[in-house]
Amino acid sequence: MGRYILRRLIQAIPVLLGATLLIYAIVFALPGDPIAALAGEKRMDPDIVAILRERYHLNDPFLVQYWYYIVGLFGGDFGTTYAGVGVGEIMAGKFQVTINLAATALAMEAVIGVGLGLYAALRQGRAGDSTILASTLVLISVPTLVTGFVLQLLLGVKLKQAGIDLFPVAGVTEGWRGYLLPGFVLAGTSIAYLTRLTRNSLVEIMRADYIRTAVAKGLPRKRIVGRHALRNALIPLVTYLGADLGALMGGAVITETIFNLPGIGQQLFSSVYLREQPVVVGIVTVLVLIYILANLVVDLLYAVLDPRIRYE
Amino acid sequence: MSDTLVPAGGKTGRPKHGKPRRGTRRAKAPKDASLWGDAWYDLRRRPLFVGASFLITVLVVMAVFPSLFTSVNPFDARSCELADARLGMSEAHWFGTDNLGCDIYARTVHGARNSIVVGLATTVVTALVGGLLGLFAGFRGGALDTLLSRITEIFFAIPSILGALLILAVFRTGNVWTVMLALAVLTWPMTYRIMRAAVITAKNQDYVLAARALGASAWRIMFRHILPNAIASVIVVATINLGYFIAAEAGLSFLGVGLRSPDISWGLMISDARERFLEAPWALLFPALFLSLTVLAFIMLGDAVRDALDPKLR
Repeated sequence: MGRYILRRLIQAIPVLLGATLLIYAIVFALPGDPIAALAGEKRMDPDIVAILRERYHLNDPFLVQYWYYIVGLFGGDFGTTYAGVGVGEIMAGKFQVTINLAATALAMEAVIGVGLGLYAALRQGRAGDSTILASTLVLISVPTLVTGFVLQLLLGVKLKQAGIDLFPVAGVTEGWRGYLLPGFVLAGTSIAYLTRLTRNSLVEIMRADYIRTAVAKGLPRKRIVGRHALRNALIPLVTYLGADLGALMGGAVITETIFNLPGIGQQLFSSVYLREQPVVVGIVTVLVLIYILANLVVDLLYAVLDPRIRYE
Repeated sequence: MSDTLVPAGGKTGRPKHGKPRRGTRRAKAPKDASLWGDAWYDLRRRPLFVGASFLITVLVVMAVFPSLFTSVNPFDARSCELADARLGMSEAHWFGTDNLGCDIYARTVHGARNSIVVGLATTVVTALVGGLLGLFAGFRGGALDTLLSRITEIFFAIPSILGALLILAVFRTGNVWTVMLALAVLTWPMTYRIMRAAVITAKNQDYVLAARALGASAWRIMFRHILPNAIASVIVVATINLGYFIAAEAGLSFLGVGLRSPDISWGLMISDARERFLEAPWALLFPALFLSLTVLAFIMLGDAVRDALDPKLR
């Protein structure tokens, strides 16, 4: 087990290096001079410019700059912006917001998606099943951009005007309730996918021989569905949820913009325009790390869910 | 020559069709139907497919000949009347007017072209690049396969909307082609992976071994025997992705890095209408409706095509 984890982590290093190199190259190519951007409209003292360029290795070739960055990164240092603020500090608060948002979305996905899928599978071919399948198609197709504004209008504003203030629509000052609506909007497409995935794998499993045996043994239906069917259907669902965590965090930028949440998407956006290149690279690097770790956790969960799977 | 001797190869090979389907519909299908003939026969009878095709036809006509739907030219500044800003729906302005007094119906109709062009171009580019690389990697295996697969892992790890945002920031200008390029660079590995998996499954089938035994060249095996059998899954994913590319373009334009004014994009219209959303919701809702319908149409089409091409999923 320990050796398996170690091997996976070593295998992840080329992916991490490749992804950071790619992002570093893109950020390197961003137009504009970061040091000149520090001074805004004013001209800067050439001596100060020279000192700053020297300190941030801006005169070195691209690969040397990348080397300095990656050495710092493996020591746990995300570097500083050209104004001298630690990138780790800037990112911590922003990631908190995005993680809250993505976790809310993931929880909704798991509860609503699996719940609806289970309901549809047990009523296969009946009206409830067809209604759920048709609504997943719509939910998959309506972009976040649209669900975000429509739900903001309906639930956030119209409902509040009607006297029911359930879902605050903007800002982080409202506490966890402020994440409910954005979380649902972010999870929308994934809820629909998970519903379909749950339904399809359960429908297939309910036809399996061991389910027939369980029915023949006279087990209560609850136990058959819960212990025999659902447990065996979990592997594809866990895979999907694990892969989705990274996608949710990376895709949160539109939701954050609609609901005015100060997360990493907004930070990345402003950093691109302020030419704070270390922040941009740092954010993407952390997202890549989350993606790699989430996939590793999913693979380890397989062994928990299916005892036949063993890692040496 | 090998074609006449290998009846199971090429277009007529249908390794996925194990048992005949139930019911009498099967009897009516042409006897020597290929996978495609069979799928087409099946598709024409699906309401989902008919509905999606109808929607897509209307949208494509709208994209090619917007003047068939509206006589107003939204690119002409004189068509907007500032005094008429944010009017509701009326006889003169079916969908109302926006902040600058421009007719929303005309702008929405003219917005179809950019969405469809970005969606189609990105799909074609990713299908060609990812599909061809996947075909070679899956068929040849070895070092090429290992190298390409490692490279695609890197792209999978980068979130595509954020990556596209960065690439577009480098370009500085946002237009149909830069948006297409930014999306294609980050999403071709998806097609690559699917094609590679399909090719690896296909290349160990008996009809490929037979063709090889008859002395068919590697190119002939790849393009005449394997490709026709592996391409189905790529077509399905490409159709569904087309919808996502359209949604992604709207998202990037909404964020301000995609298409820019005076270009017309549904995402841009949503972004413009956002400040006065509560006052004039129609300015946001109509482009949003068209965007959703377009994405829905392509995803419905992909769903229907998948069901027709992959009988196992029934």
